[in-house]
Amino acid sequence: MSEGKKWPFYLIVTLLALYLIIPLFVTLVYSLATSWTTTILPSGLTLKWYAQMFEDPTFINALIRTLVLIIVSMAVVILVMLPTVVIVSMHFPRLEKLFQSIVLLPYAMPGIILASGLLQTYSSIEVPKLILVGGAYFIVVMPYMYQGIRNSLHSVNMSSMIEAAELLGANQLKIFFSIIIPNIKKGILVSSLLSFSILFGEFTLTNLVVGGNYETIQIYLFRIMQVSGHISSAVVIAYLFVLSILSFLIILFTNGRKRKSV
Amino acid sequence: MKYMRLKNFMVLVPFILIFAAVLLIPFIMMVISSFFQDSTGTFSFYNFHLIFSQRFYSVAITNSINLSLFSSIIGSILGIFVTYAITKLTQNTQNRLLLILNATSNFAGVPLAFAFIILLGNSGFITLMLKYVHVQFNLYTWVGLVLVYVYFQLPLAIMLFYPVFNGIDQRWREAAYLLGASSFRYWVKIVIPYLIPSFFGTLTILFANAMGAYATAYALTGGSFNLLSTRIGALTSGDINTMPNLGSAMALVLALTMIIALFINQLVLKKLRRDIG
Repeated sequence: MSEGKKWPFYLIVTLLALYLIIPLFVTLVYSLATSWTTTILPSGLTLKWYAQMFEDPTFINALIRTLVLIIVSMAVVILVMLPTVVIVSMHFPRLEKLFQSIVLLPYAMPGIILASGLLQTYSSIEVPKLILVGGAYFIVVMPYMYQGIRNSLHSVNMSSMIEAAELLGANQLKIFFSIIIPNIKKGILVSSLLSFSILFGEFTLTNLVVGGNYETIQIYLFRIMQVSGHISSAVVIAYLFVLSILSFLIILFTNGRKRKSV
Repeated sequence: MKYMRLKNFMVLVPFILIFAAVLLIPFIMMVISSFFQDSTGTFSFYNFHLIFSQRFYSVAITNSINLSLFSSIIGSILGIFVTYAITKLTQNTQNRLLLILNATSNFAGVPLAFAFIILLGNSGFITLMLKYVHVQFNLYTWVGLVLVYVYFQLPLAIMLFYPVFNGIDQRWREAAYLLGASSFRYWVKIVIPYLIPSFFGTLTILFANAMGAYATAYALTGGSFNLLSTRIGALTSGDINTMPNLGSAMALVLALTMIIALFINQLVLKKLRRDIG
């Protein structure tokens, strides 16, 4: 392919980039515009929408609620999944295939199906809705956490290290805390960040199961959308900013790990 | 040794309990309850009869299938061309584009719906520009939904195609040319057969992705556009007139369409493999 023929490729890619960036860019401009309703260009620029967003106690509360819900769910996921994955791959290797297909199942399961099953099962029993959402969050991030833990377990030669430790007389707990954990810490961190960003954008399950009774940041955004477009766009921009930082950290830690293993 | 095994198994108990309580039992309950009538509580096929005979529900299914098919076909076809174009650029540009794609793949659901409302809603930026040239555009219609769905399908398609294009070995081309093949023959005989399985695989993933999408459609139309996912949401979790068993039956239909799509994908691949090979 000669150099002169490259312009069609640049044209296609530029069109793609425009299609992807324009909605983002317009949201950014809208969040900075004093007023932008009947004209093509905004009439002036301001930061007051961001100020209003941070002064709004319902926004701060939604943010805190989101963080609490995610952090508690993630802590349970890590506490439960970590020993499970380790025990299955160390002591029940024959179950590993079955376990893997079970754990990866939610990848293909839409949130709407999970939500209707949960509501169907627990609506007649008095189970706190928040626990249901936490359980649903568990299922949503389970495949990602599993992949992260399993890959880092297999990336170091764990079984020979454990054998060596057993020969030296270490017990199960000692092996778990001083050999397994330090070696897979980074893998867990990366999959936790990924899970965090997925849960941060979760709307379907939260809205269907608890809805307005526990207003997370996504539900807050959905409500404020009908009230003020400018504050909503400030929320969207802040939300994307947080997610970009998370992706940046994920890429940073993933590359760091690769370089170390080479 | 027996005791050790038991102790190890005890570690798995919390996982098994949570898995059963949150995924297994709800799924079984959903399947069972879809065979019970909401009003009388008796066992019957009434829900399925209702879904396929009442226009209100059957249209939700056909709307969802049409929207998912259209957006996944457009997403896959555009995706394959765009990915090819991306792999022709310098590595630096490719990396930068992948960063943009990564950022926009986070951009889905409620925030995406909002961005399209200020862009193309009734007083949106582009809608106003179109009004100057006397073109009417309504985001809350079928065309509008396809446009928004393609937005979140396209980055996914590119992410799936990118490693496939990178898997094309330059030596295939050299070998083909050495054996006297033209550029056209090389594409038809080598590259396209190589791409076809990934194309259908991507199409199936995108279709399933669109069928299950709830947040974007709900935030955009508030449930006024009749889709399977938003209908299930309204039936199971609305404030008034919930019919959870009917909702379960529709959720089962949704799961079935995804399984059927997967099955068709396998059939097509099997047939293609026989025809090419």
